[in-house]
Amino acid sequence: MNKEKLIALIVMLSMALGTTHLFAEQVNSLRGHTPLDETVMTNTMKKVQNDREPIARDYIQQPPLIPHKTKGYKINKKFNKCLTCHSWANYKESGATKISQTHFSDRENNVLANIAPRRYFCTQCHVSQVDSKPLVENTFTPITTIQH
Amino acid sequence: MNKIKQLLTNLWEVLKKPTAKYSLGTLLVGGFVAGIIFWGGFNTAMEMTNSEEFCISCHEMRENVYEEYKDTVHYSNRTGVRATCPDCHVPKEWTYKVIRKIKATNELYHKALGTIDTPEKFEAKRLHLARNVWKEMKATDSRECRNCHDFESMDYTEQGRRGMNQHQKGLDSGMTCIDCHKGIAHSLPAMYEVDPSTAVGN
Repeated sequence: MNKEKLIALIVMLSMALGTTHLFAEQVNSLRGHTPLDETVMTNTMKKVQNDREPIARDYIQQPPLIPHKTKGYKINKKFNKCLTCHSWANYKESGATKISQTHFSDRENNVLANIAPRRYFCTQCHVSQVDSKPLVENTFTPITTIQH
Repeated sequence: MNKIKQLLTNLWEVLKKPTAKYSLGTLLVGGFVAGIIFWGGFNTAMEMTNSEEFCISCHEMRENVYEEYKDTVHYSNRTGVRATCPDCHVPKEWTYKVIRKIKATNELYHKALGTIDTPEKFEAKRLHLARNVWKEMKATDSRECRNCHDFESMDYTEQGRRGMNQHQKGLDSGMTCIDCHKGIAHSLPAMYEVDPSTAVGN
């Protein structure tokens, strides 16, 4: 075996190995590389941050974030736990932020006497926060005019 | 009627007559032992009705309030310390406990009547029932809450920003737990009758 042939063989072998390695990388189930008979390690549960100062908005029209836990808060036809503090009737006593005036209008801009049904389900837009890193890198910067 | 009267008179005669057969010691010791047994028996029977198991043996409790309670912090929490039905709804002190148990005969009466035997009937009565409990807790200065939640041992600095302020303000002005903490263990009633600002519609 001469020198060229040996080099060619080494190159081919390494390529073949490389491809199998590549395939192994590509074919990857959601379980990752963990064999079926082993338990996948999961990420630790993220904890909702409890009780902090109101969080500044990052852009105009952003629904303000919830700066406290809301576990067990129920919102149904009969009552809305959030409103027991955030309604106009209760915000002063509770020291909470009152709900926006915009929440009293229906989609035809008729102003109603109570919160509009379309704005009743707070957690559709307002959410609590966990202390976690962004899933993807991004270059977003909040607008400065509404920051304080 | 006369027969019963006769019977009672005879019984009274027997009870009045001093015994010639048993010594005073036997009677005393016997009476003492019987007293312990009856007293113990009474309390044991009462304690049997003082368990979650007993409470949810009625479907009215099991299917409505118990299910709601299972979602709350008094059932499931970090450390696994639980407050069961009687912890909040039956006083710990004996006298108050007996009074509560006597009042509970009204609940038996309504059980027999079937006042809340369907979810619909229960829902219709919920506000009324809730107000009964709120009124009682207000009247006792939330005594059953305070069996565990002792203000003296409450470290405000360990509390959240909001709780810290609210607790000091509330307790200083003579408010009690139930004034704010309504609906913490069970679903609130339809609030448009209590506070329309917390429900949809008007």
